[in-house]
Amino acid sequence: MKDLLQIAAVLAVLAALHRPLGAYMARLLTSRRDTTVERLIYRAVRVAPRAGQPWRVYLRDVLTFSAVSIVALTLLQSIQGWLPLGRGAGPVHLDQAINTAVSFTTNTNWQSYSGETAVTQLTQMLGLAVQNFVSAAVGIAVVAAFIRGLAARRTGRSASGGAPPLGNFWVDLTRISLRLLLPIAAVGAVLLILGGAIQNFHGPQTITTLDGSQQTIPGGLVASQESIKVLGTNGGGYFNANSAHPFENPAEWTNLLQVALILLIPSALPRTFGIMVGDRRQGWSVLGAMAVLFLASLAATVWAETALTGDAKLAGASLEGRELRFGTVASAFFATATTLTSTGAVDSFHSSYSGLGGGVLMFNMLLGEIAPGGVGSGLYGMLVIAILSVFICGLMIGRTPEYLGKKIGPPEIRLVAGYVLVVPACVLLGTGASLLVPGVREAILNPGPHGLSEVLYAFTSASNNNGSAFAGLGADTPYLNLALAAAMALGRFVPIAFVLALAGRLAGQTPAPPTSGTLPTHRPLFAGVMVGCALIVTGLTYLPALALGPLAEGLS
Amino acid sequence: MHTALRGTLRSLWTSAKALAALSLILGLAYPLAIWCIGRLDPAAADGSPLTDAAGRTVGSTRIGQPMHSPELFSPRPSAAGDDGWDAMSSGASNLANDSAELREQIAARRASAAQANGADPAQVPPDALTASGSGLDPDISPAYARLQADRVARANHVDRARIDALIAANTQHPALGFLGEKRVNVVTLNAAVRALHA
Repeated sequence: MKDLLQIAAVLAVLAALHRPLGAYMARLLTSRRDTTVERLIYRAVRVAPRAGQPWRVYLRDVLTFSAVSIVALTLLQSIQGWLPLGRGAGPVHLDQAINTAVSFTTNTNWQSYSGETAVTQLTQMLGLAVQNFVSAAVGIAVVAAFIRGLAARRTGRSASGGAPPLGNFWVDLTRISLRLLLPIAAVGAVLLILGGAIQNFHGPQTITTLDGSQQTIPGGLVASQESIKVLGTNGGGYFNANSAHPFENPAEWTNLLQVALILLIPSALPRTFGIMVGDRRQGWSVLGAMAVLFLASLAATVWAETALTGDAKLAGASLEGRELRFGTVASAFFATATTLTSTGAVDSFHSSYSGLGGGVLMFNMLLGEIAPGGVGSGLYGMLVIAILSVFICGLMIGRTPEYLGKKIGPPEIRLVAGYVLVVPACVLLGTGASLLVPGVREAILNPGPHGLSEVLYAFTSASNNNGSAFAGLGADTPYLNLALAAAMALGRFVPIAFVLALAGRLAGQTPAPPTSGTLPTHRPLFAGVMVGCALIVTGLTYLPALALGPLAEGLS
Repeated sequence: MHTALRGTLRSLWTSAKALAALSLILGLAYPLAIWCIGRLDPAAADGSPLTDAAGRTVGSTRIGQPMHSPELFSPRPSAAGDDGWDAMSSGASNLANDSAELREQIAARRASAAQANGADPAQVPPDALTASGSGLDPDISPAYARLQADRVARANHVDRARIDALIAANTQHPALGFLGEKRVNVVTLNAAVRALHA
């Protein structure tokens, strides 16, 4: 009962913030006014803030910005020892530096390094934390461009004769970073310090403990990074133990605060969508589909972790890999939130979850992280599912499929199909190929089906840009670092390319007025179809792999 | 093609400048501003240091410590680093819930906790049998504290009632009645036990 109250309290806070935050983001993404700081940045960077970009230009700027970020972050890790706050740290070795750079730039935050020892405080604040902000901003920018494409009402072609513009990437990036993420992150960081998270420049301090042994305790600018880590659904912990570490997540209420920050923006974005397309009911049906999937998954995980009996469970092992201050249920709540968004932060270690509980968490990521998903990426993923649902319904009832008045013809559905297939291809080909590579099987910690789950989980986590680990896998090998980096990059940028191409096509269409034959997409029935569609696509794609890993383990 | 290449090159240069500008604000100004705010509560921001009667820092109230002395309370098992409680190598065992290795570890911990405290093995609570997520969990359950109370009282030559009072003083109750679990901070509890002789 007490445990359910904790969950209810977080959901109530999110419900209260849904409308105001959704409206604020809609204003932010449509306003023509810039702040003084923003005008200074546009002048320094030399961009014309009112110049709209067609989809190809928008995509090009997303890709170049991300590429520059990867190079800069790799470089920073390579020279970190000579920079301030270096404290004698050596450079991160190249394959791991590339893995980490791609990981943070793609909003994945897979970590093959150990936070306490491998990276310096300057790398954390100037490299990793900055990417926590801007990779989150890129995700929100892409969904903003997609919504503008869906909402475009212009009848004629733009002056240049090309597709109508989707907004300006540089403006979206700057505004979202400075006026959405920064203020909320600052409030979150102060609250975390009040709870006991650290924010200092100390190096590791060795002390003599109460019983006379030695212990070395690290310092760092943790609170400021922790807050954007969860708010931006990034998930890369300052320390190895991530949100289980007492300096990152010191108390029971900071744990719930982190869950709330993880879900805050993804759950409010459907409201923004509804406002921007001029029909709030469309936002409700998207949110409804997300909520159904979220609550079902939460119930399954909590049930698996509290009620299932296994050998270790009989011995009382439901606390293995968990912190006492959070307990089993709040840990399962965090685990559900982190895997259904693309966060990947952990406050408890999923490898020690029951076979079925761990399987549900993996299934959450395989769903494509759409309930509610990562910041921005969750909503565009769900909107792709909505378009797919419209198409399937159109086939069943024999009408031309339309979404928000835009016709979904063969070219559009080809882009949708491409989007849906990229990530499964990365996951299944990556897992299959890796099992054939010498050395990978040796990197697996647990034998049998759980071992396959470790590798499958790693590629699922990387391709879906989640970043959580079934951490049994010893992933710091050159092959796994680079293979997972490739999975992260493909799993992030190829779907973004499909989404922006789709946005460009839809922007060029004149919306058709609704007729009596138009399928309404704002009703609960349609939300139900979206849920079914998401489950069927995921189920058909992954069932064989799941059967060999977590299902085999849960049934044996 | 030529214009596309030029556009891409210009975009790369714009990206570099934009990243630099945003890094100044988000990577320097923001963490420094939060650091300044943290100075209002330096104890928390500096890691909640724990000092003994002589004023020496003996740990952090938020970071669990290894405890081997019979006159002190034992913390939960730890998988941080090779020998546990390595605060520079936080982490969990990652052992699967159904693994034989975890089963063996639990059996061994149950036996040793029961023997050390002269208790019935069936009474050893789950937190005494399992490694935490961070390996640095500063808390134990009230049940595990009670299990050890007799042993600690005997080793310190004090009444059980005095130890019980210390346990009660170091027990944290769920905030607002429903946030979190009832638990005992074993680091501050052990500091209080040491202070009995000060």
